[in-house]
Amino acid sequence: MTVTLFIPCFVDLLSPRVGISIVQILERLGHQIEYPEELACCGQPAFNSGYWNEARAVVLPVLRRLKNSEVVVVASGSCGAMLKVFYPQLFAGTEHEAAAKNLAAKCWEFSDFLVTKLGVTGLDAWFPHKVTFHDGCHGLRELNIKKPPRALLAKVRDLELVEMKEEVCCGFGGTFAVQFPMISTAMGEVKCAQAAETGAEYIVSNDSSCLVHLQGVADKRGRKLKTIHLAEVLNSR
Amino acid sequence: MSSPVKQFKAQAEIVARDLRHREIIQTALEKYGAVRDQTRGTFQDYAAARDAAAGIKWETINHLDQYLEQLVAKLETRGTKVHWADNGAQAREIILGIVREKKARSIIKSKAMTSEEIHLNDALERGGFEVVESDLGEFIVQLKKETPYHIVFPAMHLTRGEIKELFNCELAANASDNPEELTMVARRVLRQKYIAADIGFTGANFAIAETGMISITENEGNARLTAALPRTMITLLGIEKVLPRLEDLALFLPMLAASGTGQLLTCYNTMYGGPRQPSECDGPEEWHVVLLDNRRTEILADAEQRDSLHCIRCGACLNVCPIFRNVGGHTYGTTYSGPIGSIITPHLRGLQDWKHLSFSSSLCGACTETCPVKIDLAHHLLQNRRNASAQKPSFTWKLGFKLFAFIVNRPALYRLVAPLGRIAQTLYPLVKGTRFDPAYAWTKTRQTPQIARQTFREFWRNRK
Repeated sequence: MTVTLFIPCFVDLLSPRVGISIVQILERLGHQIEYPEELACCGQPAFNSGYWNEARAVVLPVLRRLKNSEVVVVASGSCGAMLKVFYPQLFAGTEHEAAAKNLAAKCWEFSDFLVTKLGVTGLDAWFPHKVTFHDGCHGLRELNIKKPPRALLAKVRDLELVEMKEEVCCGFGGTFAVQFPMISTAMGEVKCAQAAETGAEYIVSNDSSCLVHLQGVADKRGRKLKTIHLAEVLNSR
Repeated sequence: MSSPVKQFKAQAEIVARDLRHREIIQTALEKYGAVRDQTRGTFQDYAAARDAAAGIKWETINHLDQYLEQLVAKLETRGTKVHWADNGAQAREIILGIVREKKARSIIKSKAMTSEEIHLNDALERGGFEVVESDLGEFIVQLKKETPYHIVFPAMHLTRGEIKELFNCELAANASDNPEELTMVARRVLRQKYIAADIGFTGANFAIAETGMISITENEGNARLTAALPRTMITLLGIEKVLPRLEDLALFLPMLAASGTGQLLTCYNTMYGGPRQPSECDGPEEWHVVLLDNRRTEILADAEQRDSLHCIRCGACLNVCPIFRNVGGHTYGTTYSGPIGSIITPHLRGLQDWKHLSFSSSLCGACTETCPVKIDLAHHLLQNRRNASAQKPSFTWKLGFKLFAFIVNRPALYRLVAPLGRIAQTLYPLVKGTRFDPAYAWTKTRQTPQIARQTFREFWRNRK
């Protein structure tokens, strides 16, 4: 099928290997990739800050551009939640409500797309490391994506997954991270400590925004933790 | 006096990096989490129980007028005097009026967050009355001249060593930090207070419309003693505490216990039907029930957030909230802290003054997930943000987001972000850590991520 990729701004600028891995994985599975370069942002920063009009200005081109796509795959649980859950809220009662719902219905977070939509778990990946998995909160609680990343990791050769003791937020939270840096950082420290307790070498996640934050906290503290996105793990061989 | 937001940020700055606080709270709440999950697991079908509880609350809150009238009629039938209070000042006046009329000197109280909400103790003490909190945690924070740290665990931030110091100093005790010994000190003091009290004061966990009963749930028996000895009783409760039927307690008592403390049921559950009846040989001579609005009807009028009146004050959302865990209860500066406090405080005390609590969230949704009555907590934080920004937009933020939209909607312009960003990054060390550092809020505690040598867009273009 033709898969339209939605690459969030932070993946584009800071973690492009995530997007590249997704392209390579989906192409190996025989799908055509379409990438609408003109779409740079899902509008979440403005939406979460309460500036819904400004958010709509960013989202309307997204609705228009993705109107005729067959499926849309988003390289982040958080932006995925924005498209799937919050677009319909943002446009509730407006002329664009149907378009928002239409997009929400065909939009998938990457790991969920592989496992639930395509029924694929084995990707012949090889990642000989001990890892722990961090669920990005929006993916976990807005989109209920808990099992797909684990189903995928279970098929990665020589990978050992050790779960952390709690399912707790990493503390990123978008603008929250700079509006309340002291709280955000404390949350990051708690998360890093829980990850370190597992003895894992890597924190794997399906959201690179969480990982940018966690890596930033870990590096500043001189922790040896490394972070990597699920797509990159699945593309390792 | 500093504004609520300044106070919040200053206090958060201190508490969030206090490793001792972090250790105490994390450890306590991890234990709570394990017991809570175990107890919820013993329900035959917890998800169904949660749906049922949310359904009953939805029904009640959407017909609150009818259920309140029914409750009042039933209460009055058995001789309880019912008072309606629009706000905290009225409630205080009503209660002070009763206390004065009874020529009381001493009031014994069991735990009631509504009394914190209306600052009742201050008012009573200023009126020259002695007020004693009988819940152990409340007793401790009252001695320490603090407000409750948590709506269910008022003294959870204190170690037994600190409580020992407090008791030995304030109560002239000579106790070790053995919890049993400390409890005995409190009990010795409190027994005398129960006997001496002229008035007993309680809150309510639920009020049953069908039978006109006040339901109180507790673990120490202090509420029972409070209601057993004094001749006059006063119960203060928010109007949202009504439940339609007595049988609803069969669901709500276990739900409250499981979410509040991880118990299947709390140790003592009592239903109070009012003052002593002619045929009865004991019980208080008078019972007053004060029904408090205090802007709850404003929440009722807000269809979007009406479900925040479902709240049974179990504290489960505080316990899972990473913000609460890291800043602690006192930092909020509110009666109700944690997610539910962040949502209702702007309604109770003004949106613009308290909107920062809705912004101080990563929107992780752990609160929504755990709430036993399915309040849509995380989304209400978003709605508060939207309402606050629409009502009083910040010029810089609005301009910022307009500029942001302008750039991302123009691909030719957006393409410049990466190359310009790379240039900025090479110059960045010049300002890093100084007061000109635009990214200081991030870089003070975190390494800065680097813009990739090749962005995804550049990769895609090269490939084509």
